[in-house]
Amino acid sequence: MVITRKVEFSASHVCRNPQLSEPENRRLFGLAANPHGHGHNYVVEVSLAGDPDPVTGMVLDLKDLKEVLNREVVEPYDHRFLNYEVPPFDRVIPTTENIARDIWRRLEPHLNRGGPKLHSVRVYETPDLYVDYFGDETCSG
Amino acid sequence: MFRVTRRYEFSASHRLHAAGLSEEENRRLYGKCNHPYGHGHNYVVEVSARGPVDGATGRAVDTVLLDEMVARQVLDRFEHRNLNAQVAPFERVVPTSENLGVEICRSLKAHWKETFPGEWPKLEKIRIAETPRNIFEIRTDEIE
Repeated sequence: MVITRKVEFSASHVCRNPQLSEPENRRLFGLAANPHGHGHNYVVEVSLAGDPDPVTGMVLDLKDLKEVLNREVVEPYDHRFLNYEVPPFDRVIPTTENIARDIWRRLEPHLNRGGPKLHSVRVYETPDLYVDYFGDETCSG
Repeated sequence: MFRVTRRYEFSASHRLHAAGLSEEENRRLYGKCNHPYGHGHNYVVEVSARGPVDGATGRAVDTVLLDEMVARQVLDRFEHRNLNAQVAPFERVVPTSENLGVEICRSLKAHWKETFPGEWPKLEKIRIAETPRNIFEIRTDEIE
């Protein structure tokens, strides 16, 4: 069984690779390459897979999950300029993919402690673009 | 491994009418969707592709290229059209959302390598919503 909890944060970012030229950055990232930055209302859906506990009937107490998500994701990310204020985005481009992976890495030590396992992290940059990350499995199939 | 999903919209009209069935059977089967002059929807299409992140760009899918491809293969063909009258193959295939999903998936799959010639990203699935309550999903490995 998979359970999902949703949180939101608002943040600004710039998507550029300093090793690429200005036209290459504009081609790859479009408006997101604007060096002054811009922002989004990000929506994050964190899913865990596991079996309901026979006593409580719950896979995980969603109150506990909410606390972990607020502490590990919302507090560091909300109302920040990711490139300047939230490592590793001082050196990693804060694309939706890299944000999903960073959120996975922040959550994994707190969630994978026996019992339910982190299944996926979905990050909506806008309602028209979202990324699902499933962990560092090999890219087969 | 990442799955990147991009959401698109187009508006189009259609009429559901199966040539092999009688007028009465069509009315019973399709109900309002069989009204003779057709009707329209704001369709929502989600295109999902899978792949690893590229080290230089931090992205698994170049969404600028994906947008151009979906515009060419889907939106330019379908937007503000009468599907039965103006969009192949729906002059002979009933334009149900199932068949729309198959055609969109087939078309993107057939032209995928022109835009993404490498091993990654791979087209994974298409999701089409005729209305917010009717949603259809098809994986690329389900079609030719």
